[in-house]
Amino acid sequence: MIDVKNLCKSFGSHEVLKGINEHISKGEKVVIVGASGSGKSTFLRCLNLLEQPTGGTITFDGIDITDPKNDINKLRTRMGMVFQQFNLFPHLSVKENIKLAPVKLKLMTESEADKRALELLARVGLPDKADSYPGQLSGGQQQRIAIARALAMNPEVMLFDEPTSALDPEMVGEVLEIMKELAEDGMTMVVVTHEMGFARSVATRVLFMDEGVIAEQNEPGEFFSNPQHPRLREFLSKVL
Amino acid sequence: MQWLNKVTASLYAALIEGERWKLYLRGLGKTLEISAGAVVLGILIGVIVAIIKVSAVQKKMGGHCGVLLRAGEWLCDVYLTVIRGTPVMLQLMIIYFSVFASMSDGTLAAIVGFGINSGAYVAEIVRSGIQSINRGQTEAGRSLGLSAGMTMRFIILPQAFRNILPALFNEFITLLKETSVASVIAVPDMVKNATNIKTKIYNIAPLYVTALIYLVLVVGLTVVQRKIEGRLRESDRR
Repeated sequence: MIDVKNLCKSFGSHEVLKGINEHISKGEKVVIVGASGSGKSTFLRCLNLLEQPTGGTITFDGIDITDPKNDINKLRTRMGMVFQQFNLFPHLSVKENIKLAPVKLKLMTESEADKRALELLARVGLPDKADSYPGQLSGGQQQRIAIARALAMNPEVMLFDEPTSALDPEMVGEVLEIMKELAEDGMTMVVVTHEMGFARSVATRVLFMDEGVIAEQNEPGEFFSNPQHPRLREFLSKVL
Repeated sequence: MQWLNKVTASLYAALIEGERWKLYLRGLGKTLEISAGAVVLGILIGVIVAIIKVSAVQKKMGGHCGVLLRAGEWLCDVYLTVIRGTPVMLQLMIIYFSVFASMSDGTLAAIVGFGINSGAYVAEIVRSGIQSINRGQTEAGRSLGLSAGMTMRFIILPQAFRNILPALFNEFITLLKETSVASVIAVPDMVKNATNIKTKIYNIAPLYVTALIYLVLVVGLTVVQRKIEGRLRESDRR
């Protein structure tokens, strides 16, 4: 589904990604871990071109998304993204947040989007918040709405950029629970996170990034019980 | 008592005699016409210039699009520098005598002149508003598949306008009062008519009357501003 070949990204003279090769298949739940500054968020943000790669190619469903001839807006409608800071639109109600893109992109009528929004709100456990504004909600609630907003586009893959890092500890669980349900429904997911418990229980594969490359990867059982790379051992000894 | 009699006599001459109050009203109409036209034109120019400037900073594109954008940015910079660097009275006279000289009435020239002038100030206000919005908002919009233009229109500008409302109204108030300069291109606005009356009746009561009308207008604008801010705050409950 997503094919990454020799992906490089530099900010000025600072090389963040140094040639990443990776293939993500449909239905996989890939969790990316690593120390801050290892390039994991940048890698994720390259997947929907929020960061423009400086080298290499990314192919999504057979389409080279790094080719400027391909319509990135159209491709992005098929990839949902959830941010660390939620990034809900504060001037719009919860329902309007969810409806905005499907309606403005003419993928749904006003009433179809209404119905879909209410379905999604029920799914993330916030059916009574349709007319609230983001500023009235807790962080955990906002992030669940952000997930609903991304799902409203019926994406084929969901990208999560440290979705629980900005949350108070008691709210982390509710967001992870929604993500877990999403995974059980068969969604293809790529998740950058520090939640090792989530990686262990949900991931089909865990990638360890270090200094701009994928230093090691494995299915979660082996990954956590039998790490090979010395940097990964050091990392796990600190976070577990 | 003598003092009161004098005031009453002056006001009578300034307002009632020869139905002079109609002249103030006609002048008021002109002032409002020029201000409203200039505000609309100013916002139009201001938003376009601000978007060009912000886009030019945000992306460093190659190809035709990039060249066009850079050329646009350069033009905008020239516009901002010239308009903000010269007096509005001169701008008005230059526009009137070079482009609109064939027209006997300077109203259209005044609308265009003040609109172009106000646009430069509005552009800087709007630009600051756009830049006050967190980058994450743009990223969220784009990640949903919205184009850059749609993200600007539905997500960034509505939030930016909320933030810049006080500065924007400040500009409108300044503009409303500044239109009095239009008398230099023979527009019969409020100030022009008032000075005519003053000359005729040999006292300065018309100036007080006109000042009072401006004051009422500005206070009215301030009330409108409060109303809009209040309504925006309702959807912003925290």
